[in-house]
Order: sequence, then structure tokens, then C-alpha cells
Amino acid sequence: MQATSDEALIGRIATGDKVAMQVLFARHHVRVYRFVLRLVRDQTKAEDLISEVFLDVWRQAGKFEARSAVSTWLLAIARYKALSALRRRPDEELDDEAAAAIEDPGDDPEVALEKKDKGEILRKCLTALSPEHREIIDLVYYHEKSVEEVAEIVGIPENTVKTRMFYARKRLSELLKAAGVDRGWP
Amino acid sequence: MMTRNQTEREEIEALLPWHAAGTLSRRDAQRVETALEEDRDLARQFDLVREELGETIHLNETLGAPSARAMEKLFAGIEAEPKRRQRRSFDLAAFIGERLTLFSPRTLAWSATAAVLAIVLQGGLLAGLYLGEPGSESPAAFRTASAPTRSFAPAGSYALIGFTAQASAADVTKFLEAHKAAIVDGPKPGGLYRIRIAQAALPKSDLAAIVKQMQDDTKIVRFVAATE
Repeated sequence: MQATSDEALIGRIATGDKVAMQVLFARHHVRVYRFVLRLVRDQTKAEDLISEVFLDVWRQAGKFEARSAVSTWLLAIARYKALSALRRRPDEELDDEAAAAIEDPGDDPEVALEKKDKGEILRKCLTALSPEHREIIDLVYYHEKSVEEVAEIVGIPENTVKTRMFYARKRLSELLKAAGVDRGWP
Repeated sequence: MMTRNQTEREEIEALLPWHAAGTLSRRDAQRVETALEEDRDLARQFDLVREELGETIHLNETLGAPSARAMEKLFAGIEAEPKRRQRRSFDLAAFIGERLTLFSPRTLAWSATAAVLAIVLQGGLLAGLYLGEPGSESPAAFRTASAPTRSFAPAGSYALIGFTAQASAADVTKFLEAHKAAIVDGPKPGGLYRIRIAQAALPKSDLAAIVKQMQDDTKIVRFVAATE
């Protein structure tokens, strides 16, 4: 038995089918939530935002043209809403969060190395990236979006996608180095 | 070891994250694979990319899932939305125009035929309302076009008649009164009506004479012929 495609669900949602909406929500809400949470870093806010994302889908389903995957469309809406929410927050708060993510006394380079848990340090550094870099790394590695799809979600040219990803990785290596892990690159 | 020119190497290097995620086109994936086999530094960097990919997935998977509140809020929002199929003031012209654009020429041709028949049917109903039957108490005895015909047409003399487009209801009324006739059925295909010319079965020659008189009134009658 084949599951109903996302596109077919959107078609049914456009006619006001609430069951189709439940299926689509069940299928995608966790990933959309995680994408938003990585950007806004606030669980309550992220939950509110995904409700808004899927409510937008309910309203806009009739306009969906299937030129991109439904998951790409969802992430594009989610990104727009997350960035709008971030713009409403003071910049200092964001800077503090980024700093707190790095300046963890329990994870200074020596201690971390003693733990020999390179993976843990790497995850910590992934958290410390700027929202712009976090976003692209998540889209490529976790959400499995192609260059073209990332370009569509973020709204930048494909070459910029590649360049931004390169610099995100470079920044990650710098953070790792600062945390005592020299990967020998760049 | 550098086996390719710098520009091409940088291009391949930029594609490594997508190659690790398996989201490159077959052609690009093949390019990267070939480069990885030939360039040890690139292969080492690919290992770093795979490491990043694994930890990014790990990090995201530990973020948990939203509570049921998110879904509850969503469906509360949907319930609060205006209903999809709201009644709106009905715009007949827009309604027809919208649907006509969806139909093929063949469908439109059939639709046009059906529309003409509907107009003729209306004409028939109006004629029935205006004319009624001679001798009946009500001058506008109502008949539906689909009503059984024979029950309204007992023994008598009948004709099939078609009126000209310019004939008004008053003209038709006057014409039928002049000939002591009444519409008993129709419209039929071609916009024809069955009329009763006499209560009794007239001799064929008498009926033919009446039909000939009717035919002469070309301003009102476009076709008339005796029928059973």
C-alpha cells in the first residue's frame, strides 16, 4: 500500500480536508519544529511558529504549484516565520545566547580533550554557529536539501549557497580549533 | 596530491557536503567520486564532512519533538478560519464564464444545443400560460413540457406548428383564436408544438384546407403540417 503523496495531501487540504491536514502535520511537524527551534532557540516559540506554518499551509494550499517539494515549501514558510520572530527580539539576546553556547566552563578545550569526546565538542560548536550558518548546515545535512532547494528556501543564488556552506564549515573548524580540536582544515 | 586544476578542485570541494548527504545529481556525484579517488586531501576532507553530517543529525535528533499543544493550537486556528465553501452572492455571468473556459469545443457545442432547447422550452411554457385551451375556464391552464401528451389530446384533429421568431405572444394568441386551435404539447425538437385544430376528427381534406390557411400566415407560422 502506497502512502498518499504530499502533493495529493495538499490538494485535499485545498478543499478543506482536515484529515489530510492531520496527516501532513504528522508527517512533517517534527522536522519543521527542529528547523525552527535551531533558529529561534525557544521551544514555546518554536511550537507557536510551527502552528503558524501549518495554518499558512491550510490557507495557501490552493496556491501551491508543486514546483518544489512540499517539505521545501514548508521549510521556506518556517524560515520566514522564524526570522520574523527573531527580528522582534533584541540583538543582544542573540549575541548572549551564542556566547553562552561557547563559553561553557565545563567544556574548556583541555577538559573536552580529556573527555576525548570529539563528537560532543563538534555538536557544541554546531550550536555556537551564527543562525545563518546553522541554518545552511541543518538544511544540507539534516533536512537533505539539494543546492537548488536550499537556494529556494533561503532565497539566495545557488553559487551563494555553496559559498555559504563552505564558510559555515570553515567557521565550524575555527570553533573546533578554539575548543582544542584541530582538524587540519582549512 | 593535486591532480586537478584549482578551480575544478574548489568546485568539487564545495559539493562535498551534498555528496555526503546524497543529494547531488548523478553526474555531479560521479564527478565527486572520481575526484575523491584521485585526490587524497579531498578524500580526507570528505571524512570531515561525513563527521559533521553525523553530528548534525545527532544534534537535531536530540532536539525532541513539539508537545501536543502545537497541533491543538493549529486545529483551533483552523476551526476559527472562515469556512471554505462560503455562500457568496451568486454572479451568474462569472459562474458561466468560469466553467466555459474549462470545456472543450465539442462540449460547448452540446451545451449550446441544450441551452437553445431550454430557451424553446421556456417559450413553450410561456405560450401555455398565455394561451390555454379554448373552452377551458382558465385562460392560462398550465402544462409542463414533459407531461404526458396523449392524456391532453383526446380524439380530435391535430397539427404540428412552428412559429416565426418575430411572432409575439399576442400574435400567437390571436392566430390560435382565429383558427379555434390550442397548443396541447411541445415544444418538440425543432421548436414545434402540437396543436388541436378541432375537437372532432375532421375529414382529411378539411384538415388539409385549415393547414393551408395557416401556412399562408407566414408572419406567424414558419411551419405547419397535419398530424395524428
